[in-house]
Formats: sequence, structure tokens, C-alpha cells
Amino acid sequence: MADVNRGNRPLSPHLSVYRPQLTSITSILTRITGTALLLAALLTVWWFLAAASSPEYFAVADGLITSWLGDLIMTLSAWALWYHALAGLRHLVWDSGRGLDVEAAEKSGVAIIVLSIVLTILTVLIV
Amino acid sequence: MSYMTDLKRATGHGSAREGTRRHWGMTKSSVALLILLPFFVFTFGPMLGQPHAEVIAYFARPFPAIVAALMIVVGFMHFKNGIQMVIEDYVHGTAREYTIIITTCLSYGAAAVGVFAIAKIAL
Repeated sequence: MADVNRGNRPLSPHLSVYRPQLTSITSILTRITGTALLLAALLTVWWFLAAASSPEYFAVADGLITSWLGDLIMTLSAWALWYHALAGLRHLVWDSGRGLDVEAAEKSGVAIIVLSIVLTILTVLIV
Repeated sequence: MSYMTDLKRATGHGSAREGTRRHWGMTKSSVALLILLPFFVFTFGPMLGQPHAEVIAYFARPFPAIVAALMIVVGFMHFKNGIQMVIEDYVHGTAREYTIIITTCLSYGAAAVGVFAIAKIAL
């Protein structure tokens, strides 16, 4: 019989009744940062294209990227980049079978948030 | 009571037998990007806001040019595969196909533009 026990099995939690947890927040942030990085990546490619084209065109692209709006986008993107990289590193550790229990996952979640902020501040200071 | 068989219920919804390869692909590009990332951030970053002549001279050097080109190519291929996973989770029906085609073309296009620009500066 094909349909025994349909509708009487564990289902994925529905987001509307799902209490946000550190682990779920850090998970969705990985996707959000990865997707949002497209903007900075396209701005970067455009900046290179402008530099390759002419000094005048470069002045336009570089002016936009170093304007207050550009600074805001690039600073947030630096955080997104570090966060996404650390979250990816966390996934690589998980893939090796380590740190999968709830306590370790919450600790590494706090760690990547703190480290990503520290690295962003360092990047802003150095760059 | 349903007359659907197990096979009918599973067809089109289950493993397409390519999940492992996709996951391994993301693993490889993520490790590559972890290595490239600090080099890229601290070579590209300081060049923002510099005079045009200085930027051209800097990216004419092999190391910054190769790091930037690799970051753009590997980064956009990682984006292409990653965003496809996201789209497959959240976008349904025909819109899914259109969105994947658009993001795939955008990824290859942006990578090509980046490599062209860096090659033109470096060579």
C-alpha cells in the first residue's frame, strides 16, 4: 500500500509558528549574505571595467563606490563577505562530522557573528 | 484511499542523483574562495579611491591581477551554483526556470566582463 501514514508524520516546522533560534538565524543569514553579495560583486566588476576603459569613466565608477552610499554598501558587503566565509567554514567543519550537537552549533554561531564583526572592523581600519 | 504507487509519488520529487556532485562542487569552490578572500580584500580594497594611473599600475602587476581575476571567476561560479539552490527552494513553476537561466547568464556574463577588464589592464 502506497499511502499508509500520509499526513501523520513529522513535518518541517512552518516559519509562522517557528521560534527564531540562533542556529536558524545564522543559517538564513548565510543565504541572505550570499545573495546580497551580488550587488558588491557587480559593482566591483563595473569598477574594473571602468578602470580598463578610461580615466573619465573610472572617475564615475570610483566616485560612486567611494561616495557615502558606496561606502555604506561596501562596508555592509565586507561584513556579508566575512560572515558568509565564516559560515561556509562552519559548514565545512560540520561536513567533517564535527560540532553538530546543539551546544557546539550555538557556540560556533556566536563565534561567527562576533568574528565577522571583528574582521569587518579590521577591514575598514586597514583598507 | 489513493491508488498512487510509491514510484509515482517519488518520481519528479526525489533525488535526481546529482546532489552529491553539486555539494562537492560547492565544497571545492568554498575552499578556494576561503584562500582567495583575504588576498583579494587586502589587495583590491586599498585601491578603491586611488588615482586612475595608480590603479592601472597596481593591477598590471601579476599577483593582484591574478588574485582579482580568480576571485571574480570562482566567486561568480560559486554564486551561480549557490543561487540556483536558493531559487530551487523558494521559486516554483516556470518562474524557477526563468530565474535560474537569468542568474546563470548573469554569472557567466559578469565573470567574463571582470576577466576582460583585468586582462586589459594587466596586459
